[in-house]
Amino acid sequence: MTWTLFELLLQASLMTILVSAVSILAGLAIAIVLSAMRMSGNAALKGFAVVFISFFRGVPLLVQLLLIFNLLPSLGITLPSLATALIGLSLCTAAYQAENLRGGFEGVAPGLIESAEMAGFTRAQSFFWIRTPIALRMTFPALVNEAILILKASSLVSVVGLIELTKMAQNLAASTYQPLPIFASAGLIYLAINVVVAFLGRRAERALPGLPSA
Amino acid sequence: MSFDFAVILARGPQILAGLGVTILIWIAGTLLAAALGFLVATARRFGGRFVDLALSLPVEILRGTPFLVQIFLLYFGGPYIGLRLDPIPAGLIGLSVYGAAYYAEIFRAGYQSVPTGHVEAAACAGFSRGQTIRFILLPEMALLVLPPAMNMAVILLKETALLSLITVPEMTMTVSAIGSQQYAFVESLVVLALVYWALVELANLLGRLAERRLSTFGTP
Repeated sequence: MTWTLFELLLQASLMTILVSAVSILAGLAIAIVLSAMRMSGNAALKGFAVVFISFFRGVPLLVQLLLIFNLLPSLGITLPSLATALIGLSLCTAAYQAENLRGGFEGVAPGLIESAEMAGFTRAQSFFWIRTPIALRMTFPALVNEAILILKASSLVSVVGLIELTKMAQNLAASTYQPLPIFASAGLIYLAINVVVAFLGRRAERALPGLPSA
Repeated sequence: MSFDFAVILARGPQILAGLGVTILIWIAGTLLAAALGFLVATARRFGGRFVDLALSLPVEILRGTPFLVQIFLLYFGGPYIGLRLDPIPAGLIGLSVYGAAYYAEIFRAGYQSVPTGHVEAAACAGFSRGQTIRFILLPEMALLVLPPAMNMAVILLKETALLSLITVPEMTMTVSAIGSQQYAFVESLVVLALVYWALVELANLLGRLAERRLSTFGTP
């Protein structure tokens, strides 16, 4: 195990961070839309959200990624492996984040929503400007937790051919016959990233404003 | 583009064999993980500060690294230090050790939830440590521990799919192999996804039933 090999792993970890960060944010946006659908009065929208969340939480991410990787080309859509990885991870984390957000949305004090209505907010306005920010604030620790889960789960996108930390470690292990130090180093890099994310998450949690009461 | 599911379903017996391996590894792995996690949590609770600190390190390492990297390290790296394992034992050990770290945290939270006064009262009443664990701590924390424990079991079920990457002949590996033999990748993966989905929903249902049963336990 030389410094050059470790440097290659560090470079590849930038891809891991990029894929995870984009997926978390895209997943959060999708999760908010899913939450709105689930709370809407429209049975079709509600049903779609419920099935979507159940499916993506019920099928192993590995199988989801393989399915997307094979399904898209057979439908005539060819995407680079980075896009495939981002789609797979975003959809999966969206389902988990929607489930996390559920508690937050349920915890919004009814008085706040009533006040918004009294102030002339439409249902959509009260959803995006009152309920969503409060739900996001309430479930912020779950979001940090999800970020750590996705950082670890991003190791699976190696199966769609994206060269991130785990794929790089696999390639190096195969070409140098040193799987032990290489996979151990990859593990340490994941651990270091997660320790930093957890630390920043706690700092941010403290810096965020408190919750309004009603 | 047309999809032909008949070629996949014709291999039903093989798929069932893979499903059997998945379920066996999952159940055995989850039970081992829970048992090991309980031992770790108990050692941390009663072993003093040094043991607590020494055990927190492996727990945090296992929780902070991807399962995939852990099984690659065990299966591909193990032989370099004389640890030569077949895929199934490697998968079972990997799953148990990984799960144990999470179960250790679940049981640790459970121990912390029981008021110290109850433990002191048990000691005053002449309970031994084993009796205190068995008659006071475990029953008191059961209701709190069950939901995350069932949740973790479902996570472990999904993690078994990764064992296909170290050639454990479980369902994902079996069905993917059928897919490539029949040149029906999408169909095989759709079947695979549906079976996992059904299995996870079933496990969730069993978890909810167990919770309901436990929460009414002892109430007249």
